[in-house]
Amino acid sequence: MNAKGTVFRYGDDVDTDVIIPARYLNTSDPKELASHCMEDIDKDFVKNVRDGDIIVADDNFGCGSSREHAPIAIKESGVSCVIANSFARIFYRNSINIGLPILECPEAVSAIKAGDTVEVDFDSGKITDVTTGESFQAGAFPEFMQELIAAGGLVNYINRDIENAGKQD
Amino acid sequence: MGMTMTQKILAAHAGLPEVKAGDLIMANLDLVLGNDITAPVAINVFKGIDADKVFDKSKVALVPDHFAPNKDIKAAEQCKQVRCFACDQEIENYFEIGEMGVEHALLPEKGLVTAGDVVIGADSHTCTYGALGAFSTGVGSTDMAVGMATGKAWFKVPAAVRFNLTGEFPEHVSGKDLILHIIGLIGVDGALYESMEFAGPGVASLTMDDRFTVANMAIEAGGKNGIFPVDDQTIAYMEEHAPGKEYTIYEADPDAQYVQTIDIDLSQLKPTVAFPHLPENTKTVDEIEEPVVIDQVVIGSCTNGRFSDFKKAADIMRGKHVKKGLRVLIIPATQQIYLDCMEAGLLKDFIDAGAAVSTPTCGPCLGGHMGILAAGERCVSTTNRNFVGRMGHVDSEVYLASPETAAASAILGRIASPDEL
Ligand code: SF4
Repeated sequence: MNAKGTVFRYGDDVDTDVIIPARYLNTSDPKELASHCMEDIDKDFVKNVRDGDIIVADDNFGCGSSREHAPIAIKESGVSCVIANSFARIFYRNSINIGLPILECPEAVSAIKAGDTVEVDFDSGKITDVTTGESFQAGAFPEFMQELIAAGGLVNYINRDIENAGKQD
Repeated sequence: MGMTMTQKILAAHAGLPEVKAGDLIMANLDLVLGNDITAPVAINVFKGIDADKVFDKSKVALVPDHFAPNKDIKAAEQCKQVRCFACDQEIENYFEIGEMGVEHALLPEKGLVTAGDVVIGADSHTCTYGALGAFSTGVGSTDMAVGMATGKAWFKVPAAVRFNLTGEFPEHVSGKDLILHIIGLIGVDGALYESMEFAGPGVASLTMDDRFTVANMAIEAGGKNGIFPVDDQTIAYMEEHAPGKEYTIYEADPDAQYVQTIDIDLSQLKPTVAFPHLPENTKTVDEIEEPVVIDQVVIGSCTNGRFSDFKKAADIMRGKHVKKGLRVLIIPATQQIYLDCMEAGLLKDFIDAGAAVSTPTCGPCLGGHMGILAAGERCVSTTNRNFVGRMGHVDSEVYLASPETAAASAILGRIASPDEL
């Protein structure tokens, strides 16, 4: 699986309150959430984001609340992947659970600039900055998480388990 | 190799003799929690799982507290969805308006969590119950849905940072000052993916309310959980609130490994405030040079909305009046706390001082309702986050503080130490 898109670049500690402000949490509709994604730190994000685009950020991306609305808003806005130095842990597990690819790769983060075109190969973890020609290697996911991602998220993974358990009965 | 307290609880719930940091495990859950914001997403996900019923209707808790009492039509729809699900699934621990409170104050009060439990909640401050010697952590709605269906969740076993507490708090210093001090020290990602284990002779001098406040804000340092050892105070609390409910006391092994140990002498701490826009931007009140004039004060939330918090605030505000032009909101975190404050005469003290008292709700803490800030306004709040726009307009500011510092600030109209009154 591959992703290719234009980079939106952010700094440290991008919190879930700016990814999707609480004032919009009176809905769980992904489209409505996506229409307010990032608006408190980047008013133009929603206007400019295209399918496949990539968010690149520094440390502790997604810190703060447990709202799954945050990765949902990002995914629904068309973003194909988030690359950061590190992720806050609830955001990390939520992203994996809903099937939003996220990669930790400090080398890529320090080299990639806003507006670059970047290509990601999820199978190998290879990140290529098409604009500059540089490429980087992200760490591989542990086996269990690879299974989750391959199943398409936690729900599919669990359903498969429930089905298998049913067959054994 | 020795295990930390958290690792021991996780190993027991995964049916394993031993776990170590980094292991991925499936653990059995004692409680799964959701609120009016996160449960609707979880309920939608639940419908996609091949399970008709929740794994145990006594082990799911649903608390409409964020935008409840319903702040608008959309919030009403979300609360209705939660209510209908609770009814269909015969969830025993659904708390309607009139009996509800802010979830992390309510669950321990109702005796739903005891020592040794593993609890997940679709709310980041689920880590609060570490005060009781339980492993509890915030997750998202998909985890909540799967937890409700299967009674299980996956975890990466965390490494731990140990906080060795000595001494006792000086007057007007409490759990909030301790945790703000710690976050200032290690930063908002200082304990990322790790558990924060509190230990040492100083623990005994922390009240249960102090411990709830400290464990509550573990997430503000990036922690997976914060956890306290179980002592006489914990047992007395459980006997009062959860009589008859089983509990298991786990202790860290003497040779448990910690990524670091941080020594903190409680007697050296001072009233501390986190400046906008991160909880790590801490200053002691006596380090503030330019007066920080404020527009609003909020005392409440899952961090500091318990009886002792209001008692301390009322002791400062009694017989005085809030600064003219300032709005002060007092929000007891549960109905029981509200009643206790009423019976102790605190609500009269607050109202006489010119403060407004509200029914329990998260309300302004997350910029939901009941005290939203306008552009340029500043609020001193006993809550736990001061991110950009957290309490309203993106150009407003939140300063996090203890109830005593908030009360003193309410009287003087600027950030002030309780010692100034
Ligand atoms: S009081 Fe604030 S931090 Fe606590 S659960 Fe409610 S919104 Fe979250």
